[in-house]
Amino acid sequence: MIVFAAVLALAVVSGAAAAEPTQECDVPEGLIAGEADLARVTSELKDHHRLDISVVGSGSSALTGPDGARFAYPARLEEALRERLPGNDIKVTAHVQTRLTTADMAASLPKVLADDKPALVIWQAGTVDAMRGIEPDDFRANLEGGVDTISAAGADLVLMNMQYSPRTESMLGVSAYADVMRWVAQQRGALLFDRFEIMRYWTDKGIFDLYAATKDYAMARRVHECIGRALASQIINAAHLDDGKMQTTR
Amino acid sequence: MVALPITTASPLAAVARERDLRLDLFRGGALWLIFLDHIPENVVNWITIRNYGFSDATEIFIFISGYTGAFVYGRTMRQRGFVLASARILRRAWQIYVAHIFLFTIFMAEIAYVAATFDNPLYAEEMKILDFLKQPDITIFQALLLKFKPVNMDVLPLYIVLLLLFPPVLYLLLWRPNVALAGSALLYALTWRFDWNLPAYPNGVWFFNPFAWQLLFVFGAWCALGGAQRLAGVLRSRIVLVIAIVYLLFAFMITLTWYYEPFEHLVPSWLGEWMYPIDKTNLDVLRFAHFLALAAVTVHFLPQHWPGLKSPILQPAVRCGQHSLEIFCLGVFLAFAAQFIIAEASGGPFLQIALSLLGIMIMVATANLLTWYKTIEGRSPRERVEPPDADLAGGEA
Repeated sequence: MIVFAAVLALAVVSGAAAAEPTQECDVPEGLIAGEADLARVTSELKDHHRLDISVVGSGSSALTGPDGARFAYPARLEEALRERLPGNDIKVTAHVQTRLTTADMAASLPKVLADDKPALVIWQAGTVDAMRGIEPDDFRANLEGGVDTISAAGADLVLMNMQYSPRTESMLGVSAYADVMRWVAQQRGALLFDRFEIMRYWTDKGIFDLYAATKDYAMARRVHECIGRALASQIINAAHLDDGKMQTTR
Repeated sequence: MVALPITTASPLAAVARERDLRLDLFRGGALWLIFLDHIPENVVNWITIRNYGFSDATEIFIFISGYTGAFVYGRTMRQRGFVLASARILRRAWQIYVAHIFLFTIFMAEIAYVAATFDNPLYAEEMKILDFLKQPDITIFQALLLKFKPVNMDVLPLYIVLLLLFPPVLYLLLWRPNVALAGSALLYALTWRFDWNLPAYPNGVWFFNPFAWQLLFVFGAWCALGGAQRLAGVLRSRIVLVIAIVYLLFAFMITLTWYYEPFEHLVPSWLGEWMYPIDKTNLDVLRFAHFLALAAVTVHFLPQHWPGLKSPILQPAVRCGQHSLEIFCLGVFLAFAAQFIIAEASGGPFLQIALSLLGIMIMVATANLLTWYKTIEGRSPRERVEPPDADLAGGEA
């Protein structure tokens, strides 16, 4: 009985901890590692103390609901970077629109690059292509075209893959698209932010219950907060900015 | 009735008269693997062959289906003519069509449930995949046309198309087997050259391109009709065995790099550039070659009359292979059900293992039940010899 009570108490305590995920959603180094350097980001911060980032993505880069943009990961990334890189002028501009395929986004890139002149582009892709059943070959060609546009403009790049969405998995097969993204990132020397694996890691660790049905925005906001922080960590690591604090994503 | 230019005196008639239990065994095993692979979140998936090389259970299933199809309907066509054999093939295609629509109904019920109960602002974009429920008129009609196929429901439509086209192909296979095989390879090559495929709904193309996958089906049929014997010399050669094993090892090492990111960079970029993507839709040559290598090694080390094939340990898989259509459909259904339970219970590895084992046990029990039905109806595979039917070749075609 005592053992049972102790287990129950432990469960309650760990449940309470899980309710405070921003403290708990640190991502292991391996999941945000990458061979590629963000050289342009490094030089921009060192020489000019500024960093302009453009986020290009579809619906899963945004949040609906009141004040969605403030809670979505592009804004959370900006916040996290400002916190961790004080004294620098950091600006994240989101070009996010639901239902955009990779081809649509690739076509919009020249304008984004000309308008924002970013040092870094975060390109979230794959979800809508998987939903529309775009052929993986075409998806790859569109992605490569966009990656080349970005590197021709001299910007660094982080590719972001799809969300881990266990409840729609039987209807939406994303693995072929995730494979293409991993391969293109590796071939073109771009970083990959493996959102799929990171969210799966959170599920496995019980940090988020991504199966849960809810109309509440609270969990979605926490997930975006955590994505923004993990992304900030990956950028800081790859740009070799604060090696001393590499372990933390807070 | 069309007379065939083949008599019982032809060398082909001597072919594959005996039931090859290896086919049952491997088809049964393939059905289990397809079931496991269809549960997306499943630790047991690690044992399935797709993690150890390029090809997976689908190749085995389609090849053996071609083999048994030719074995069963080839005899009918030879003995009772083109029309009768074609009629039986088309009846089989119809049965599979009905089975597919049955599975589709179950799938729709699951989706409709998810759509009605699941909501999460985090997945606002992904949930749009359920929009098709808003247009049931179009969706159901497209499903009846085999154009709308939910994830994991692609194999049966492929099988239906392959069977619909099978009567003339089988005729040619009986008459000029090598011409038929060459024609199949040509269609495969042209498909790659000109990107042929069938359209899907709401957009895109068939996940399993019938114009490409027919090569494996026709190759299976060709093997059943004497090809395997013609290849026997090649298969016995040590060089072929060594090449096959080397290729399997190569594929295994490449596959490893997909799962352990540190290894990813060991693949030279020229190789990756040439190799990727390894296209499942169009039955990539690397996949086909991988299946051939697997088959060559298997045939080498597992002779047809190996006594172990009759051992009780292997009977569950053999039984499942003997009732492939029923067990396939059951497997797809069980995978839906398992996935549903895992999602509802937010289940961990233990639940996944338990459900995987339970699913296979249900498949085996059902296969035994089907065999029992056949026995009480006097259709035991052993009792019945003429006219030959699917049972002889190890279950239905």
